[in-house]
Amino acid sequence: MADEGPEAATDPGPDVPVTRRTLLAGALGAATAAFARSLAAQMPANPVQGSPAPQSPAAPGLPTSAVGTRAPSVHLARAPVGAVVGESYTPLQDLDGTITPADLHFERHHAGVPAIDPVGYRLLIHGLVDRPVIFTLADLRRFPARSRICFLECSGNGRKGYRAMSPQTTPQQIDGLTSTSEWTGVALATLLAEAGIQKSARWLLAEGGDAALLTRSVPVAKALDDALVAYAQNGEPLRPEQGFPVRLVLPGWEGNMNVKWLRRIKAGDEPFMTREETARYTDALRGDEARQFSFVMDAKSIITFPAYPTVLPGRGWCEVRGIAWSGRGRITGVDVSADGGATWAPATLQQPVLPMAHTRFRYVWQWQGQPATLMSRATDETGYVQPTLATLRSVRGPGTNYHLNNIRGWDVDAAGRVTFAARV
Amino acid sequence: MPPASERGCGFRIGDGRLARLSGGLAVALTVAIACRQVSPVRQSAAAAPARFGFGRIATVDEIRAWDTDVRADGRGLPPDSGTATEGAAIYTARCAACHGADGAHGAVAPAPTLVGRMPDDAFPFATDTTAVPTVGNYWPYATTLYDYIHRAMPFGSPGSLSPHEVYAVAAFILARNGIVPSTAVLSARTLPLVRMPARHRFVPDDRTGGPEVR
Repeated sequence: MADEGPEAATDPGPDVPVTRRTLLAGALGAATAAFARSLAAQMPANPVQGSPAPQSPAAPGLPTSAVGTRAPSVHLARAPVGAVVGESYTPLQDLDGTITPADLHFERHHAGVPAIDPVGYRLLIHGLVDRPVIFTLADLRRFPARSRICFLECSGNGRKGYRAMSPQTTPQQIDGLTSTSEWTGVALATLLAEAGIQKSARWLLAEGGDAALLTRSVPVAKALDDALVAYAQNGEPLRPEQGFPVRLVLPGWEGNMNVKWLRRIKAGDEPFMTREETARYTDALRGDEARQFSFVMDAKSIITFPAYPTVLPGRGWCEVRGIAWSGRGRITGVDVSADGGATWAPATLQQPVLPMAHTRFRYVWQWQGQPATLMSRATDETGYVQPTLATLRSVRGPGTNYHLNNIRGWDVDAAGRVTFAARV
Repeated sequence: MPPASERGCGFRIGDGRLARLSGGLAVALTVAIACRQVSPVRQSAAAAPARFGFGRIATVDEIRAWDTDVRADGRGLPPDSGTATEGAAIYTARCAACHGADGAHGAVAPAPTLVGRMPDDAFPFATDTTAVPTVGNYWPYATTLYDYIHRAMPFGSPGSLSPHEVYAVAAFILARNGIVPSTAVLSARTLPLVRMPARHRFVPDDRTGGPEVR
């Protein structure tokens, strides 16, 4: 921690407790490094200690460079589970704004990240079309381009906020399988027109070129509405773990349908009932049934500051910050509670609020030094309100495994320590 | 920076639109096409054509090579057949290391357990957090079992099983689940006839937005 800032040698008093709390937090053990980074990002350096003179360079700095890097003191990282079949989580608590840096966009793979040669890449569109067509990457780039800012979220995101919960859980661990990017490519409708999709076509099979050859069925109506065959993310070519060279983007719909390494689209008359839309990615419900084709991600929000393992520097003003999003359109409001949901107050939404995109909310809160429980509750333009954990469990059952968008809470104890409110 | 063949190259034509093309030859060819299509009069946007003529028609052989999916009703199943007896040895050699010796026990995560039925074929997955989904209790179509094995298994060498081997392994898994007898010959004709225990458990999404939580 020594390189994170000057340390107070004596008790700095209630107004400047940052470094004191830093020392106390060291006792938290494994969380120390992340904690220190979190505080360094949120708090100014201690104004009392050190030289009053501004730091001025004694010599010119570094020359220009071909590719930028993050500042040496900035440590941003996904949290990978380290498996070929698995995921890595976006560090939500370390990010501001709404766009996720491409190298921090979450990952979820079913058989690893394939290495696809962009020169040999082909996309086949066939089935119920007048003209089965094959496109190269260069072909796809010739079509009129479209860009769309939207979130992608794994439908399994949030399990650590639904059952087997632990107070020592970060926003990254709870909800890090959501990210927002600007995606650029060609409208799938344009490609389907090129192939001459037939009126009898109701569903598309989208197939990826990974070792799982992952397949999902996509309704033609969605394909013609706003689906994108994307080759760029945040202005640069897709990264391999995001589907290089080409992926499907279905705004607002669960992550696995946004098929990466897209290589084939087959138009058919019925859904294809693939493994990933039957044995997986279906939602067990009360009544001994499973909801299928649950495409849309319902409205959700999470406070990303303050959150575990942050320790508040002392009583006083604290801006509560977080993100909200809905697969059904725009977020119209986020309410924040500091008393565990007994009372709520509206947060400020950062404009512009885009449909189906992360929306930043902020709420200025005055902590009185008492235990508190912070919560956020999102509402979208359809009037849907993010439900409580008790409501969602009551409606769907504790064993359901996807679309876990219940309200999240953070407990603040009298010492300012913040932990996940791991209770129903 | 990606290779030039992937980046394409931009250039301006008559009305200032930026076209993206690949490779020098394609540039030359397409300039001629583009110039013919672009009006010399400056205008905000030409009407988009119904078709751009990019890409090429796929051949029958190309489609056949790519079109390997098997649908719920059995369309796409190839000729050949297999039995559970034949599948046992293939399972032991190619599947058991991840899914357990008998498919019911010893699966190594994230490989799922393949074998297991619920008493009375119940479906308690929403309420019983210990319930383990398997092919026997959480898979609606036997046909798509073929599709998935052929497509993605064995995990370390997907696509390496012949149609006979896929039929045989599917037969083994279904027989271990008590869904077909071990002597059953599974083929393009018989696989679609297999009735899966969880077939009727899947219902369409009824969420529509609005205030009701479903």
